Amino acid sequence: MISITLNGSPREIPDNTTVENIVSEVTTATQGIAVAVDENVVRRTDWANTLLQSGARVDVLTAVQGG
Amino acid sequence: MAKNLIIGGREFQSRLIMGTGGAPSLQILREALIASGTEMTTVAMRRVSADTHGSIFDLLKELDISVLPNTAGCYTAGEAILTAQLAREALETSWIKLEVISNEETLLPDGQETLRAAEKLALDGFTVLAYTNDDPALGKRLQDVGCAAVMPLGAPIGSGLGIRNPHNIELMRSLVTVPLLLDAGIGTASDAALAMELGCDGVLLASAVTRAADPVAMAGAMRLAVESGLLAHGAGRIPKRWRAYASSPQSGLIGTDARESPEF
Repeated sequence: MISITLNGSPREIPDNTTVENIVSEVTTATQGIAVAVDENVVRRTDWANTLLQSGARVDVLTAVQGG
Repeated sequence: MAKNLIIGGREFQSRLIMGTGGAPSLQILREALIASGTEMTTVAMRRVSADTHGSIFDLLKELDISVLPNTAGCYTAGEAILTAQLAREALETSWIKLEVISNEETLLPDGQETLRAAEKLALDGFTVLAYTNDDPALGKRLQDVGCAAVMPLGAPIGSGLGIRNPHNIELMRSLVTVPLLLDAGIGTASDAALAMELGCDGVLLASAVTRAADPVAMAGAMRLAVESGLLAHGAGRIPKRWRAYASSPQSGLIGTDARESPEF
């Protein structure tokens, strides 16, 4: 297991967890989602082949009412 | 007939951009968006949480209204740029309402950070609509670094105080050639009409509609106000005078041959 920060909260995840894995845990939505790891955008096409490292700060964002 | 509004090469028939913030329910938001006639509406980017519903995205798709993500809540250029990049990835649009605020209490824009972010985002291919203070010189600078539209506030976000410095909006209009959209501070329909009469190309508002007692009715009022203001601006208002200027004939009245007008 490794420790990451997911949307601001500490989280233990198995080794070899991909961005795609973590997104599917957070939301069932398939559109309108973006991910940043350590404040860098991970393109959707790279989700499946991007492994999360220990200490990674992962943010999963979506559009909400505002502005 | 006035020409349509063109921002970043895209033509809009409606000059009212309605935000989605503050609506009491998605159903009321839906009806208000339709009543406003808007073709583009703002959304914010936030972390997915248990109570996040993806339905705003679905609603806008259903209504065929373009999404304009904002960078609301960002205090630095860096935060705003990352938010814009995330919005581009999530929503598949390179349009961004750039908003970099200086403090939580006034939500007034930080001009320096806004300018820095605008320059980088424009270079990165974004269509940047920049929320700014009503500073004509800053508005010109935002245009010069590549903003597709400059959006001065009338008053602080959500304040409903209207346009506190109409003269600055007119001055900015004279300096800025890209679309000028009055953003923030609108309280009621006459504020929106005034923005257009001052020479703005459009109006962006949210709270004035979403927090009105009857949001759907106010959305319709805003649509008409923007149209009326645009027509009035193009029609050429009469000059202001200190004294009256009669619109009825002064001669031919009965019994006035010997009458003299009292001194005023």
